[in-house]
Amino acid sequence: MTDPRIPVTEDELHAYVDNELPAERRSDVEAWLAARPEDAARVQSWRAMAELLHARYDSVLDEPVPKRLELERLASPPRRWIYGAAAAALIAFVAGGGVGWIAHGAAATPSVFQNFTVEALDAHRLYVVEVRHPVEVAGSDRAHLTQWLTRRCGWKVHAPELDSAGLKLVGGRLLPGPAGPASFLMYEGPSGERYTVYAAKATVETTQMRYASHGRDSALFWAERGVGFVVAGSSDRDRLTQIAKLVYDESEKLGGDVRTR
Amino acid sequence: MSPFRQSVEAMIPALRRYARALARDADIADDLVQDTLVRALRSEKLFLGGDVRSWLYTILTNLNKNRRRSLARRPQFMPLLDNNPDASGTEAEGRDIARALATLVEEQRAVLLLVMLEGLSYREVADIQGVPIGTVMSRLARARAHVKAVLEGERTALRRVK
Repeated sequence: MTDPRIPVTEDELHAYVDNELPAERRSDVEAWLAARPEDAARVQSWRAMAELLHARYDSVLDEPVPKRLELERLASPPRRWIYGAAAAALIAFVAGGGVGWIAHGAAATPSVFQNFTVEALDAHRLYVVEVRHPVEVAGSDRAHLTQWLTRRCGWKVHAPELDSAGLKLVGGRLLPGPAGPASFLMYEGPSGERYTVYAAKATVETTQMRYASHGRDSALFWAERGVGFVVAGSSDRDRLTQIAKLVYDESEKLGGDVRTR
Repeated sequence: MSPFRQSVEAMIPALRRYARALARDADIADDLVQDTLVRALRSEKLFLGGDVRSWLYTILTNLNKNRRRSLARRPQFMPLLDNNPDASGTEAEGRDIARALATLVEEQRAVLLLVMLEGLSYREVADIQGVPIGTVMSRLARARAHVKAVLEGERTALRRVK
């Protein structure tokens, strides 16, 4: 039995509300509160706060769990998934070097990638509509463009050849990225459709490819050796996939030399 | 399904609730849950018994801390409209509590939600945050005082406008 004359502390009031108080002290606290309306009001306000929280957030418990959080989906390693015959038919893209492909239906943009993809899509939307000044350095000056971007960005910037996808390099620019400078390259197809390749230092080393779409634009994100890439373009996912694969293959060809420092 | 996976799966709704309150934005919240689950499944073989529930809350809390650290370098964006109004209670009250939570510092918000919404013990929260119980209690006390002041301040401000 604790001494009821021992004053009740602030901590004990919290512990009382949270059911953390030793049972034998409860009646002391209740007696204390009965005699002190201010403390009683405070305790009451904490209870009301808990009710507000539950009223606001308990409805989440009843929501159906989104498909992308189903354990079966998350448990199967993407690489094994790729080697499956069905996967090959779906995507026909096998990336080496530990880069896998996320399940086709996953429109997930995990938080780590969100900043990145948002910035890249913003840049994409801003510049693809430019007729006269879409880029700072024209694609005809490819060597100068890549040297300049390499010097400013701090890794080996490469402007991939996308001719096999019918795309010509329009040029590129330097942009502020999530954590330092970003390189931004623009490509154009025969009917004027534009695709952009955005790259910046990423906080993650290497990741799977992720797909995100926003309005009429969509993007594929991945990271390789500390550099994050976002290929953005029309919402035709197969076409975007084809282009991203080319960009990935080209940067892969550079081997371990993606970063200069 | 293994007992481990069953206990992970049973936690998904509660993790989503915690993440929603922690991150406000429903998509970011589910991103956090997804990353938490991926990590948990990856470590399935490393998990040698113990409390799956606490462990999942620990992963999610840490992921959110990392996320906020990377966001700290950028301007903050708040959703213009809360697209998930509470099911019960008035909509205005739901927004008030969400806004009050948003004004808390990260560790205090996590303590408040883990104790008041998720019903974890002080001991569990101390383990999740890697701090002594005394720190948990002082964070909780400060968080409660702050949220109370914000909620009351808003109410007073509204009354004044009327």
